[in-house]
Amino acid sequence: MRPAQFALTVNGRACTVEAEGDAPLLDILRDTLGLTGSRFGCGLEQCGACNVLLDGRAVPSCTLPLSAVAGRTIVTIEGLGTPANPHRVQQAFLDEQAAQCGYCTSGMIVSAAALLQRTPAPTAAEIKAALEGNLCRCGAHNRIVRAVLRAAQATK
Amino acid sequence: MNLAFRLAGAVSDGTPLLPGSLQVNRHLSSWLRMRREGFVEVYSGKVELGQGILTALAQIVADELDVTLDQVRMVRASTAHSPDEAVTSGSLSVQESGLALRHACAETRAIYLREAAAHLGVAAAALSVEGGRITGPGGSTDYWTLANDLLLDREATGAIATKPAAEMRVIGQSIPRDDLPNKVFGVPRFIHDLRLPGMLHGRMLRPPSPAAVLMAVDTTPVEAMPNVQVVRDGSFIGVIAATERAAAQAVDALAKATQWRESAVLPDQEALGPWLKAQRAETTVIGTKTALLPPQIVRTLRAAYTKPFLAHAAIGPSCAVAQWRDGGLEVWSHSQGIFNLRRDLGLALHLPAEVIEVHHVEGSGCYGHNAADDVAFDAARLAQAADGAPVRVQWSRADELGWSPFGPAMRVELEADVDAAGAIVGWRHETWSNGHSTRPGRAKSPGLLGSWHLDTPSERLLAINAPLAAGGGGERNSVPCYDLPAWEVISHRVLEMPLRTSALRALGAFANVFAIESFIDELAALVKADPVHFRLRHLRDERARTVVERVAANARWTDWKRREGTGHGIGFARYKHTSAYCAVIAEVEAEAAIRVRRLCIAVDVGQVINPDGVINQIEGGAIQAASWTIKEALRFDTRHVTSVDWETYPIFRFADVPEVEVDIISRPEMPSMGAGEASLGPTAGAIANAVCDALGLRIRDLPLTPERIMAAME
Repeated sequence: MRPAQFALTVNGRACTVEAEGDAPLLDILRDTLGLTGSRFGCGLEQCGACNVLLDGRAVPSCTLPLSAVAGRTIVTIEGLGTPANPHRVQQAFLDEQAAQCGYCTSGMIVSAAALLQRTPAPTAAEIKAALEGNLCRCGAHNRIVRAVLRAAQATK
Repeated sequence: MNLAFRLAGAVSDGTPLLPGSLQVNRHLSSWLRMRREGFVEVYSGKVELGQGILTALAQIVADELDVTLDQVRMVRASTAHSPDEAVTSGSLSVQESGLALRHACAETRAIYLREAAAHLGVAAAALSVEGGRITGPGGSTDYWTLANDLLLDREATGAIATKPAAEMRVIGQSIPRDDLPNKVFGVPRFIHDLRLPGMLHGRMLRPPSPAAVLMAVDTTPVEAMPNVQVVRDGSFIGVIAATERAAAQAVDALAKATQWRESAVLPDQEALGPWLKAQRAETTVIGTKTALLPPQIVRTLRAAYTKPFLAHAAIGPSCAVAQWRDGGLEVWSHSQGIFNLRRDLGLALHLPAEVIEVHHVEGSGCYGHNAADDVAFDAARLAQAADGAPVRVQWSRADELGWSPFGPAMRVELEADVDAAGAIVGWRHETWSNGHSTRPGRAKSPGLLGSWHLDTPSERLLAINAPLAAGGGGERNSVPCYDLPAWEVISHRVLEMPLRTSALRALGAFANVFAIESFIDELAALVKADPVHFRLRHLRDERARTVVERVAANARWTDWKRREGTGHGIGFARYKHTSAYCAVIAEVEAEAAIRVRRLCIAVDVGQVINPDGVINQIEGGAIQAASWTIKEALRFDTRHVTSVDWETYPIFRFADVPEVEVDIISRPEMPSMGAGEASLGPTAGAIANAVCDALGLRIRDLPLTPERIMAAME
């Protein structure tokens, strides 16, 4: 496929990317835009480490072709919040120390942020269901659920 | 070799035996330096794996030096400036690095107090330190004003006492992890995020199966791709390209242009026990104890247990960056043992180790020897062809699962005699498995996968077991933790290794404790004893008894109301017999599949550096062990590893994860012991016992899948 220009909005900024239309969004984020917070885990949409918000919905970016996201709004872990102005889910992850190695953390936070957008006061069962596509190998699951519950209680 | 291995073999030559890793890194300046800018720079050879070690070590430093945590800077480990602490493994970092730092800091504090005393014209004994400020009658100064590297340019003596537990202020507190903010905000921190100027991207083409031999490869079509270079050295085949995507596409194309001859060398995955027993093996008597009086045996029970090959299954595939400059090699790696990696890179590339620098950069959790070292060799070898440009190599998901070393399959056979009073009077334990380590740094040949595929290949390593004094491998935790009048333990290291095996979290302790704790319950049932009482009856060590009693109280063991399809069970072990005590009670629902509802855990790690850190490690270890116990087995046919993604190697998901409660029995006056691996074996035993309680069926082969339950029912 020949490279072409694609306009998209990433973390609130309009940008134009020149690349092959079938390039996965994750590659564009990490290598072209320098946003390495979204992680490569499997390249198969099986682990959730690369999850980003696409028009507010959490989706894996590892197989999502660039051409499919043209004109759409993408938010990555970097766009959710910063140390000075953290997203409530990020703050709750710190408060609960909800990680070990932290490799799955970006994807978890993105999935949780999407959940809280559509379900502001989820139950633990709803949180687990929303995170079913996100794998954690270290066994931080219970902390992660507690962090999302805490974030839901926090006023934005 | 790991440090415990080296320390276990240390011979006294008249120099004082120093605590922890100080014994082998004796210079104070190799551990820390005061900086005029107002902080202390701390060098540890242990690396952050997501276990929070850097935070725990900083807490130790802060207390011994009387500085604040903000004044402690943990320097990323590198062969260029860190003490060689061998491998970050075996739940030993607090014991080895923590103890060394504790003593190095106590001595450094005393040296600086002497300096301050001279400066202020008072006696050192009259001085106190807080936040790095040294105050005496009539004046004060601080470490930073006095900072002078020459003061620490000396060997430690080990003669300065460390602080008593009562004076600890930062130790014992749940200090938040220093590394987590970057990970929560997506700030570049992982090796995967490293971007060097002019960096190229490499990818490897691995053989399709472990015994495959390269027959032909046509590299011309791929070499015709723009900005793509093929590197071939024997059956080591990789590509270098300007972007990761181009490298991935090139390697896909190359795979189609390659022919291999494959052989059926893999065992039947449904019959691993018989396979292990049928292979050539090196047999070691691990230990025996003979009864003082001839036992009065009334019953003898035998049982055999198996554990499959397991994958480390890191969420992030292994990654490394390498660059050749001025005849030297610089490598960025998430290896657990940067000095050992350097040594083996030297062996594999025929270079003196001095011209190689390895810098640690954090990776995804590894849980033992995964592909971190292998990918570092791949990057180094590919970068040889890159004309000085740095080359980043990341493995694919399929290679991470299929080509990383595996945790070895194990067979454990147990036999015990009981007397008329229902006490165990004889015990025999036999274990079969491949060795549990092919880690770099231990053999004449490099422990690096790619080096075995070169045109002039390095000799493939056969996995070894460390001696029991250094923790052992397959025999780890094979000697019973119970006080028995007579026992014999034998370990068989299987010498055929069709699947490369190496260290997976807890090594042999996982299968041995699973088997022992299952068997203890079988014996308790035989003599109609309560499993908790039966354990206590055979345990004299007060600390062991306490974790068992505490977990039974916390889980309300005696109040358990059995409902149809539910069960509870207990597991206990003292990790390696020298480390943390851990008892677990599992509650399960067992129908078509097993669901673990709750894990209640009591643990004694001696003095606790960071309680939340200990809970995180114990809880994470228990959840991982529950996943191994219920779900995990490496899949393969006669030729290929068929576990290549998360569907063919399923691990626990949120819906599978039980509630976990961890109760720490704090012993501030006792030495600290590692927490990373203590809960795995006891968790497996507890779950297996709970399943038996629920179903009335003893399943002795892991994992406890619906198929195994069906088979046991028939």
